[in-house]
Amino acid sequence: METVLSDNPIGGSYIYLQEPEVRFLEAAVEQLIPTDELSPGARDAGVVVYIDRQLAGSWGTHGRQYRSGPWLQGTPQQGYQSRFTPQEVYRIAIREIDQHCRTAFGRPFAQLSADAQTQLLQQLEKDEVELASMSSKFFFDLLWRNTEEGYFSDPLYGGNRDMVGWKLLGFPGLPTSDYRDLITSSEPYHAEPVSVLDVQTGRVAVDAQGFPRHKVIKGGKE
Amino acid sequence: MSVTKMKPVDVVVVGSGVVGSIMSMELASAGMSVVCLERGKQFDIGTDFHAPNVFDELKFDRHSDIFQNLSRDTLTFRNNGGQTALPMREMGAFKPGEMVGGTSAHWGANARRFLPHDFAMRSQIEARYGRSFIPEDCNLQDWGLEWDEIEPYYDQFENIFGVGGKAGNLDGVIQEGGNPHEGPRSREYPNPPTRQTYQGGLFAKAARSLGYVPFQGPSAAMTQDYRNLYRVQMLQCAHGGFCSSHVCSQGAKANPLTAVMPALMRQPTFELRPLCHVLRVNKDSTGKKATGVTYIDARGNEIVQEASIVVLGAYCFSNVRLMLLSGIGTPYDPATGKGVVGRNYSYQQGGSVDVFFDDREFNPFIGGGMVNTSIDEFNGDVIDRGPLGFIGGAYFDAVARGAAPIKGKPVPPGTPRWGAEWKKAVAHNYRRTMSIAMHGTCLSYKQNYLDLDPTYKDAFGQPLLRMTFDWHQNELRMMEYMTERASEIGRALGGARFGGKSKGTHFGLVGYQSTHNVGGAVMGTDPSTSAVNKYMQSWDVPNLFVVGGSAFPQNPANGPTETIGMLACWAADAIKENYVKRPGALV
Repeated sequence: METVLSDNPIGGSYIYLQEPEVRFLEAAVEQLIPTDELSPGARDAGVVVYIDRQLAGSWGTHGRQYRSGPWLQGTPQQGYQSRFTPQEVYRIAIREIDQHCRTAFGRPFAQLSADAQTQLLQQLEKDEVELASMSSKFFFDLLWRNTEEGYFSDPLYGGNRDMVGWKLLGFPGLPTSDYRDLITSSEPYHAEPVSVLDVQTGRVAVDAQGFPRHKVIKGGKE
Repeated sequence: MSVTKMKPVDVVVVGSGVVGSIMSMELASAGMSVVCLERGKQFDIGTDFHAPNVFDELKFDRHSDIFQNLSRDTLTFRNNGGQTALPMREMGAFKPGEMVGGTSAHWGANARRFLPHDFAMRSQIEARYGRSFIPEDCNLQDWGLEWDEIEPYYDQFENIFGVGGKAGNLDGVIQEGGNPHEGPRSREYPNPPTRQTYQGGLFAKAARSLGYVPFQGPSAAMTQDYRNLYRVQMLQCAHGGFCSSHVCSQGAKANPLTAVMPALMRQPTFELRPLCHVLRVNKDSTGKKATGVTYIDARGNEIVQEASIVVLGAYCFSNVRLMLLSGIGTPYDPATGKGVVGRNYSYQQGGSVDVFFDDREFNPFIGGGMVNTSIDEFNGDVIDRGPLGFIGGAYFDAVARGAAPIKGKPVPPGTPRWGAEWKKAVAHNYRRTMSIAMHGTCLSYKQNYLDLDPTYKDAFGQPLLRMTFDWHQNELRMMEYMTERASEIGRALGGARFGGKSKGTHFGLVGYQSTHNVGGAVMGTDPSTSAVNKYMQSWDVPNLFVVGGSAFPQNPANGPTETIGMLACWAADAIKENYVKRPGALV
């Protein structure tokens, strides 16, 4: 993959995550959304920074979630019933999965081959890895949800660096006022994406209604 | 704790959403003194939801502070009475609001009227198919409303919310370009219909080839700059996406903040009190008269607000819970079938058929403002249900939602959930997919109900509401049939691959479905099967009106908001034209 990403001043800094956790997550998210000929993968897109910022924020401590007991095992239909916050889920699960990898393969998850990492993620997803403190599927589902969010949310949140997720889809990010007329168009519309981060940092200007002007790409994708 | 008593008023209104804002406006502009209590924060549409910051899928879909703060108050849920209900700890299947403007501040602007059939399902189904056609455990009920008496209030609401559309039936005469199956309208929509998208045009052509009559379904996002019945100006929708779940940065989506509040805040006899959490409705010693409400204000003080009339105009869940917490009406008991408060809780069925192309490319991110091309042949009782063996129906539409990149990327069946193949599939399909959405009825059943949870409490020490709910065979059969019909249209569109979404056999809280929770304090003609009469006046406490989605006996296909708005206009008129002249039971 030839794409060169711009400097990201917060790229290598973490608020909540610790070094072994960063290594674990960089390896895991790269298997979930791998680098290929289409675009950089989740690791280079900053998804681990995204997860770190989410864990350090209100969601990481379930600030707006109901947190009173009793804590009973629910049905799948009853949703999240763990007494642990996302911060705790990540810390506990990563330690226990790394322990499992050391016992089974003699090294932590981040040092396994790509194939072995993928295989282990598949086992986590199917709840086939017996962790001491939680269902491995429960952790996997949370990790996958956050990985997808990090790859496709506004770069404001630390992931989707250089809008690689949006370029992969052909999603132009913020709308322009031209959409009012383009709503009826049968012509594919392609533009270089614009993010909230672009506008907040002054890289892109907006009109009085708050809409940016797009750089239209003629003839489809870059 | 000492209790502060506020100066008594004519009316105290609980909630500031569609119902609370419109009823406050109607009653205050008639000269009555009105206090409106809202648990959420006050927002300023001009500064709090400005572009581009509002164009943020992660914030408004997953973490927004315009939704109910579950750390203070949530509900518990179980599929059936044999299970232990557990708290809904994070937002998922539905997103009740918590702000001035209520849940409708972030609605999708789907502004369909119900069909005349929807209000008289029990009697019409019995007449056409016989009593035994209705499932035995189904509490199917008529609303007690006649189309001719409510039609003017639909019209009133449409002229407040600036609904755009094309009439399909004007005073019984079918109109070209509109929905031929809608109930008779007294006049045209206040605004023109939405314009058709590329996908909408393809859907219309395929639907016509199968003999259906496509039309542009109504929308409450402005199709032109518009000044409404309250002399409030709203601007034309820009179709920039980020619509449902979001508050519109352009003020183009009608909601209480854009369509009502600017006029309401100018009413000299009106006062809005945000950040006030109502604990209960108070009654006098006879138990037959409400004296007002008790609430906790923003600073934590316990306040009593006395009023001659109490209006519960909150979300379905809050209306039902406040009745239960206040001991008004008999709580429903599923073992005996007796009692009415919490009875007939219902939800919304639906799903989609996704059509994947290799040779067509769309602009799925352009949309929002409920731009849709629809058909109504499978709604209501248009086609004979006899051979099909189910009650209810669905409308289908090709709707431009403004596909956002986290959740708006359908992939063909068989695609892995993650990894290299998944990545290739989302890259290929994001711009090459169109969906046919199905929006279906949900009947009410003896086993589906709301009551107070025996274990879990909110931050104020009061029991949480408990929801016991699951899908029933009638709805699953109905959706199976609808999916077959929508798939035929999909094949007529000529896609390369087909997929889609269904709600599954059992209802679950995980993953967004629909914020169309209804029932639990339903209207009707019989006090043994309804909590309120046709004016949504409590049978037991005649100066209490419980207005909103909570009054629906079951849920028709068309989306509840338009009818909730109509009911607010209808109830307000009953109060100011009849009740204040002769206080007491209106029926």
